[in-house]
Amino acid sequence: MSLPPGAALVVAPGQHAAPRVRNRVLGVLVLAALPAVGALAFVRVAPNRLVTGEAVTLLGLMSEARHALWLPAAVLMFAVFAPAARWVHATVLVASAGLLAALFWIAGSEAALQSAAPASGLARVSLGGGFWLLVVLAGLAAADAAQRLDLAPARRTIALAALLLPLAALLAAGHLDALSLLKEYDNRREAFDAALLRHLQIVLAALLPALAIGVPLGVAAARSPAIAGPLLAALNIIQTVPSIALFALLIAPLAALGLRGIGLLPAAIALTLYALLPIVHGTASGLAQVSAAALEAGRGMGMTAAQLFWRVRVPLALPVLASGLRVTTVQLIGLAVVAALIGAGGFGALVFQGLASSAIDLVMLGVLPVVALAVAADAGFALLAALLRKDAAR
Amino acid sequence: MIELREVGKSYGAVRAVDGVSLTIERAEFVVLIGASGSGKSTLLKMINRLVEHDQGMVLFQGEQIRAFKPEDLRRRMGYAIQSIGLFPHWSVARNIATVPQLLRWPRERIAARVDELLALLDLEPALYRERYPHQLSGGQQQRVGVARALAADPEVLLMDEPFGALDPISRQALQHELIRIHRASRRTIVMVTHDIGEALRLATRIVLLDRGRIVQAGTPAQLLAHPADDFVREFFGGDERGLRLLALQPVAERVHAGESAPGEPLPHTASLRDALSQFIARGVSRLPVADAASGRVLGAIHFDDLLAPPSPTP
Amino acid sequence: MTWPRLHRLLRDPLPWLTAALLLLVWGMPSLKPLFAAWFPTLDRPLYEQESFAALSMSHVAIVAASSAVSLAVGVAAGLFVTRGAGREFRPLVETLVAIGQTVPPVAVLALAVPLIGFGALPALIALALYGLLPIVRATIAGIESVPQGVLEVADGLGLTRLQRLQRTELPLALPVLLAGVRSSVIINIGTAAIASTVGARTLGSPIIVGLAGFNTAYVLQGAVVVALMAVVVDLGFERLGARWGRWRAAV
Repeated sequence: MSLPPGAALVVAPGQHAAPRVRNRVLGVLVLAALPAVGALAFVRVAPNRLVTGEAVTLLGLMSEARHALWLPAAVLMFAVFAPAARWVHATVLVASAGLLAALFWIAGSEAALQSAAPASGLARVSLGGGFWLLVVLAGLAAADAAQRLDLAPARRTIALAALLLPLAALLAAGHLDALSLLKEYDNRREAFDAALLRHLQIVLAALLPALAIGVPLGVAAARSPAIAGPLLAALNIIQTVPSIALFALLIAPLAALGLRGIGLLPAAIALTLYALLPIVHGTASGLAQVSAAALEAGRGMGMTAAQLFWRVRVPLALPVLASGLRVTTVQLIGLAVVAALIGAGGFGALVFQGLASSAIDLVMLGVLPVVALAVAADAGFALLAALLRKDAAR
Repeated sequence: MIELREVGKSYGAVRAVDGVSLTIERAEFVVLIGASGSGKSTLLKMINRLVEHDQGMVLFQGEQIRAFKPEDLRRRMGYAIQSIGLFPHWSVARNIATVPQLLRWPRERIAARVDELLALLDLEPALYRERYPHQLSGGQQQRVGVARALAADPEVLLMDEPFGALDPISRQALQHELIRIHRASRRTIVMVTHDIGEALRLATRIVLLDRGRIVQAGTPAQLLAHPADDFVREFFGGDERGLRLLALQPVAERVHAGESAPGEPLPHTASLRDALSQFIARGVSRLPVADAASGRVLGAIHFDDLLAPPSPTP
Repeated sequence: MTWPRLHRLLRDPLPWLTAALLLLVWGMPSLKPLFAAWFPTLDRPLYEQESFAALSMSHVAIVAASSAVSLAVGVAAGLFVTRGAGREFRPLVETLVAIGQTVPPVAVLALAVPLIGFGALPALIALALYGLLPIVRATIAGIESVPQGVLEVADGLGLTRLQRLQRTELPLALPVLLAGVRSSVIINIGTAAIASTVGARTLGSPIIVGLAGFNTAYVLQGAVVVALMAVVVDLGFERLGARWGRWRAAV
């Protein structure tokens, strides 16, 4: 029984057929969006930096050109009742992208409008909870549509990245510059760049030594259970200790060695210690899970122990190690934020400074790049893994 | 006891079961057999409502199964499956006690029943009561599975390829147990299998299914000797049917009482197929037959008897 | 108590560490001379603004309260998406969890402040939200780990849906679920320490105050207590997991 796709939307004359909700997920997202549109603050307008702004809802911002927002919104609302079909999901994906673009555009243009008014040189227009909620909901709608389209992982990543294109375009065109977040960025350009550089330095300063030490340790652990037991137990204890405590506990020993107890060094050392467990574990279990059958076949073909190791075990263990590396990197990016408390710098410095001075924009300036870095690293590793798998299958 | 009237079930465009009518009487051992996808499992599961029929009617003890709450219906039927499905976090005793506990039997009655069933399934109660599933072999696990199915003394026992995952030795042992239990308790058993040998050995009635329909239903001998069509003929082994028919008949039915013959006697419960094997192995045309229990010689059997119709049982 | 049992108890690190933790928490003031000797240059070798007992109890309270909420909501969410109508929401929930875990816990804490203000409340909410993620993931994994045959037989024998959940799915999912709870609680203990930056009273306060004032003694006192607390709780969960998971095949 297959009706044409549009049939659900057409009610035959004389019938009162209530449209059936087909896509419950989208339905929930749309419902959640309603208070965000009508009740929550889309932007907050404040006369200066020190005062919390007055809330303005999205509805309150609507004017001529901005009504274009309703087009993608309406498409999404109708899609809740549309039957499951590839063209429907693709349309939802495009509509979500359009909605995202519209949201950013409205926010940016409102900020520009407010700042252009004569007496408001110091006026601040900041993004409110309603804005962020709508952005997240639109993103989730897109993710849901992409998942229903059942695309290959590579294509799915590209499709979702394409969502960000309109945002990137708006940023590049300077349309969003009047928003308080970007004004803050403008004011703190140097601090931001320094934080970015330092944050990456911290992560790499921990990741590279962790790999250099952890991989050999993992190989040793895979060879000898006698080593594996105490080693993994010790690393487990380190993982359990809260990051701030570990940073703090390193101060005394480092001072005793004549080194600085605060700054980049202790942060790098502590993070290296944290990174060791996933890397050692990943290496050891990766090597261990290489099938006995593959090894026996290799030996039977006349491979030496070294050849067996490099040509059979390592390639087969690599995916597990890569997965451990992915988890480690994301974890380190997050832990590096705490390192700011011991003077290591990085985006954490912006976050804590913002907390101390109750400046949410500064906090956001620290948090958003960290999230972006973590998501990018995760997606990058996932893509790499997918590509490697295709390689191996070939 | 169980009546299926024109039952049907579709999955999308596929008719898994198509217009099946079947009556299962008390004390029968009905085996549903067919190739993969013939609908036999679906048919079985329609009896305890694990699958809901969308056409026709299913009656249990004269009442429509839809009138029962599913749980109540299922607690009156035992259920055993191929993957056994013992609850790993419970001991053997607790596993067996599953349905009696749901029915809120008193604790002593449950304990007594658990011991009784363990003994029935040839598992030393003191030894196995507190063991956990992961400590048992496959054969032992399925014995516990069968015990669990029988625990609340159900009117019907439903089994879905129960011995499919076992090694041949365990499989044979459990098949013998099942025959023994059926004969002793006269309980109604409905079993699904794709193993022809198993069906022929266990069933009082075989129902052969193909693509959701009954092709033929009858006693094992009927399906072997009088297949309804080529499908049935091929299914039961085409050229092998003759040997299978021989395997169904005991030597006792062809004994010439009082006659004597040289050599090691056959037990009277042996099949004609075993006799054929012995005739060829020993190169003789006459074999002695003795009582299986006492060893007393009953008579002799001739090679020509293999073709003769059975004499009336003495 | 028999001699072998006593012997085993004495060799077990958990009781020793717990004793050390309790002694440290309640006995910190008596260690003042020790810290004075180690750090002769400091005016104030002991954190005295609040007692360590009070800080520890506040810390435990925040972690316990937020973990309870995470557990309730997380398990409910995990159960919801693994059956019936909820299955449709599973990819969405998994996406949310995946994204949520790339956000560092500190960030969740920092973002809660402008919405709720300073104090223990934003810490509670941030910890509860962040603690949800490993628990949802663990619930889903645990429920999935129940063998299909067990579920089929449970239905076939006549357990109702609720009975099947209570007697079969949840107990069998428990080991995996417990691992998730353990992970969530340990992270929470660490994040709660940082929550002093948003005005919550926790064991992080001596550390943060110490870092700001270059008082290494404060830092050490806070760090040792919170690290010991985390290790003790982790060991405790491990013991619990071993006891509850006894029915699993010996690996």
